[in-house]
Amino acid sequence: MVMVLAENMGIWDKLMYYLEFPFVRYALIVGCLVALCSSLLGVTLVLKRYSFIGDGLSHVAFGVMAVAAVLRLTNEMILVMPLTILAAILLLQTGEKARVKGDAAIAMVSVSALAIGYMVMNLFPANSSNISGDVCTTLFGSTSILTLTTTEVTVSVVLSAVVIALYVYLYNRIFAVTFDENFVRATGMPARRYNLIIAVIIAVIIVLGMNLVGSLLISALVIFPALSAMRVMHTFRGVVILSACISLFAALTGMLISILSSTPVGATIVSVDLVVYGIFLLLGRILRR
Amino acid sequence: MAYITCDNLALGYDGRVITEDISFSVGKGDYLCIVGENGAGKSTLMKTILGLNSPMRGTVEYGEGISKKDLGYLPQQTVVQQDFPASVYEIVLSGALSNLGFRPFYRKEDKKRAEAAMERMGLTDLRNRCYRLLSGGQQQRVLLARALVATEKLLLLDEPVSGLDPRVTTEMYELIQTLNKDGVTVIMISHDIEMAVRYASHILHLGRKQMFFGPTKEYLDSDAWKIFGRALDEQTKEG
Repeated sequence: MVMVLAENMGIWDKLMYYLEFPFVRYALIVGCLVALCSSLLGVTLVLKRYSFIGDGLSHVAFGVMAVAAVLRLTNEMILVMPLTILAAILLLQTGEKARVKGDAAIAMVSVSALAIGYMVMNLFPANSSNISGDVCTTLFGSTSILTLTTTEVTVSVVLSAVVIALYVYLYNRIFAVTFDENFVRATGMPARRYNLIIAVIIAVIIVLGMNLVGSLLISALVIFPALSAMRVMHTFRGVVILSACISLFAALTGMLISILSSTPVGATIVSVDLVVYGIFLLLGRILRR
Repeated sequence: MAYITCDNLALGYDGRVITEDISFSVGKGDYLCIVGENGAGKSTLMKTILGLNSPMRGTVEYGEGISKKDLGYLPQQTVVQQDFPASVYEIVLSGALSNLGFRPFYRKEDKKRAEAAMERMGLTDLRNRCYRLLSGGQQQRVLLARALVATEKLLLLDEPVSGLDPRVTTEMYELIQTLNKDGVTVIMISHDIEMAVRYASHILHLGRKQMFFGPTKEYLDSDAWKIFGRALDEQTKEG
């Protein structure tokens, strides 16, 4: 019925109509907050070559999510959040040791988590008979952003606020440890601890972002805005601020497009991010000349 | 009283010794150059002094009034840094990190120190320029300024002139000498032995073990210089 009504209206009216639903408003608020958070650490992730950790973690989160669904937990975050944080810490430790090849270990962990997650979902179908639908939702986040409960919204808002506050508080330390870890360690500051905090924040962001774009696409949300901003900005602060703006813009635009033309939310946001990256790539080339 | 005293150090990886019998001390106002062939453990020694590596044997002691906070380090450049989007000012200011304590932001005096260090290194005009777009010599001056913001007592420089052309190399040496004359103690790793003996007050020559430690004048009379130093010198010239 909603669709029939919507088709007879102009874009603006249609938008206003949708915005009257609380779940749409929740989706927009949570989406913007998640986009903002995920873009903040993007620069650090890209520059420290931690992008692969983000990717590995999202797969781990998928696996845990599947297990949580099978256990029929009312709030999946209780299980997903701590286990993903644990995985983040473990991956970081192996990544630092050159002896165990870091990226191989991460690839191993991430594909194993994917396989186990899918296996569990198939062996113990939770409530629906539509397994491939469940998998698709977890991987690409298709509709979960529109089905958030008030508790989930509150949790997302609080966690986003914590992530942003923590980032602002640690900004100078994160900058220093991103630029030159050895220098930081040499002055006697706890660089390891900063790395650990960064990993934990990444884990929190990934779990938050799974609601919006799903576990397969969350890395895009983290990395694209930073990569775009790095094309044109010359200061670290500039890159961070611009990538936050880009991420907000892409998330908002993506969500609105997806509401209006019923495209999948996650894929639309990532597509907008990709287009923005293309524009900034060109812009960077032109500016440098 | 010496700033740094190393006693009977042995350095290596995975249980294999690279170099041993290293005993020397660095006093206030000294300018020590560490020379030796590639792989002789020069960088490892510097990291051991900084506490980033633990020695296989022996001890490193900091003298009175010296703590880790008083060590300014200029590491070898990493791949990450070459493509890093940050302004000169942001990087220089990050030298004040250890003064941060539990505060989230830098204080006014930290910012003043950063401005002063940039002035001293001739970077004021480049203040807002992007680090990755600077020349090699300019980048090294930025890192030197950052080390100066961290401390004025003791600088540890790991090959600050590697990859620079001869003119810029000489400028760098002049700059470091000026700092030393202003009272900054310098420990520096150098590939260029000719420059090292020209500028440094003391030389530490590393091989499989410590080949020489002492004032530069004595080094020029030593066997280490006569046998190895000249060979190294020729190597640098060829390279």
